[in-house]
Amino acid sequence: MKAYLEGSQAIAKVVALCRPGVISAYPITPQTHIPETLAQMVAEGELKAEFVNVESEHSAASCCLGASATGVRAYTSTSSQGLLYMLEVLFNIAGLRLPLVLTCANRAVSAPINIWNDYQDAITLRDSGWIQFYAETIQEAVDLHIQGYRLSEDIRVLLPVMVNVDGYILTHGYEVVDIPEQELVDKFLPPYQLKYKLDPDNPLTLGVLAGPDYYMETRFAIQKTMEDVLEIIPEISGEFFEVFARKSGGLIEGYFLKDAEKVIVAMGSVCGTIKEAIDGLRDKKEKVGLLKIITYRPFPEEEIYQALKNAREIAVLEKAISLGGFGPLYTEIKSVFQGKKENPKISGFVIGLGGRDITKDSIRSVSDRLSGKQVDCEFIDLNLKGEHKDNLLGGSGVASQFIEQE
Amino acid sequence: MEKFFLKEVRIHARAGQGAITTASLLGEALFAEGKFAYAFPHFGAARMGAPMNAFVRVSDKPIRLRSQVYEPDYLLIIDPTLIMGFDVFKGFKEGGIAIINSEEEISLLGLKKNQKAFFVPANKIAQELMGRPLGNMAILGAFSGITGLVKIDSLMEAIKRRFSGKVAQQNLEIAKRGYAYLITK
Repeated sequence: MKAYLEGSQAIAKVVALCRPGVISAYPITPQTHIPETLAQMVAEGELKAEFVNVESEHSAASCCLGASATGVRAYTSTSSQGLLYMLEVLFNIAGLRLPLVLTCANRAVSAPINIWNDYQDAITLRDSGWIQFYAETIQEAVDLHIQGYRLSEDIRVLLPVMVNVDGYILTHGYEVVDIPEQELVDKFLPPYQLKYKLDPDNPLTLGVLAGPDYYMETRFAIQKTMEDVLEIIPEISGEFFEVFARKSGGLIEGYFLKDAEKVIVAMGSVCGTIKEAIDGLRDKKEKVGLLKIITYRPFPEEEIYQALKNAREIAVLEKAISLGGFGPLYTEIKSVFQGKKENPKISGFVIGLGGRDITKDSIRSVSDRLSGKQVDCEFIDLNLKGEHKDNLLGGSGVASQFIEQE
Repeated sequence: MEKFFLKEVRIHARAGQGAITTASLLGEALFAEGKFAYAFPHFGAARMGAPMNAFVRVSDKPIRLRSQVYEPDYLLIIDPTLIMGFDVFKGFKEGGIAIINSEEEISLLGLKKNQKAFFVPANKIAQELMGRPLGNMAILGAFSGITGLVKIDSLMEAIKRRFSGKVAQQNLEIAKRGYAYLITK
């Protein structure tokens, strides 16, 4: 049913439709309304699940690890510092090959303290063995959670899935969302069944010591599975379309790619802003297109190559940076063309860190710069003069105004 | 490309004054009228009393643009003390309409000739009907009355869906009073 919902509420509703048995979360900043809404649903008997309030994100992740290991579908959400605090447990969940879906409401990482949106939190987890999706809209976020559980629990996969949803922009934004019927979700997502699980009647041990004789093979196994996942994601996205009559998910999405000479590569909600900017540029006969990466891990190298091979100039736009190196996505997009006959000019742009607003002008300036010389790591909308375009928080904001008045 | 309908609303308030509720109710009412609306907040310190914005972008097609609103067609000033500290009229569109929560007319230096400002004693209305000076609902009602962008009935329905019991009743009364205020004036 279509409803007008806040992103966090919509995600909570769809997580409930996925029938998790255990939900665990740490309830303070940087948290969202997702666990709050779920906690209320559990308290009111609307959702039959155990809500475990814990003292930290580390414990929330551990709780979900335990639940999943006993064969119970689990859920948690966090962001920023919370995600980093979960980090060692998250590596364990992937290493143990435990299915789980986690929502990361993407936010910047301290210091300085910043609660606003960027991807530094999730990108830090890119090497952990988690599958990573990035949602453009609240609807896509909702759909990716259903697909996420299905994928994660697939016997061919058994890896955790992180659904990345832009903090504030999507988690605190309201828009029209189609929340699917329970029957359809049940049809698409069968009950969670784990073949090897922690069970007192059939004792077994998970995650035992694997010395130099075995450890490497476990990593190899995950790497091979990730390759398979690149095949399984389109399959699941296709089945999702059959059941819900809505195209959602998959590896990548193109916008005006066919004849595009310039292509912007990006992930998440900024893709909407880019599409708007592209419409304007297309009106001026500029052949610009967008490649949206939905699945960042595993990295869909071949699909990206096919989508970009006719482009002459490529701009990779990302809300994260590997400090001292480059934007992580930029590095990978460049590697796609290593050894290929095509040799497009690829530039890397860092944008929107710590919630710096990304406007159509920001996108246009990237598109303009593409015709200039190649850059590896250029910051967009950087302001070293102290003037800000923000409506309230910048140059016309609290501190400077009061200083001026005095 | 063919022109389509797009209007942008910027709300100036302090955290705790119901700006997000205002934005989301407006968005929901517009959704009920078959339009697409993206309502979203932008916090400063994200603490009670800190200045913040909320925005509503409305169109007859799905909203893809995720940036803040820099050139609003409409301004809703829930807290008039913000006019002193901030340039709330920054980027205000030609022909724009501002609705300001104030019992008295405030002289507005930032306003251009073809822009209009309406003053609504929203806090007073709320104080009278609810016992709390929460002016956002009266402003929302006045917005419907002045601009006609959203029907008052759609707003009423959205309020009924959001609140229940006495709170719903009070908010409905407040919104109605705000709606009628300038029409009767």
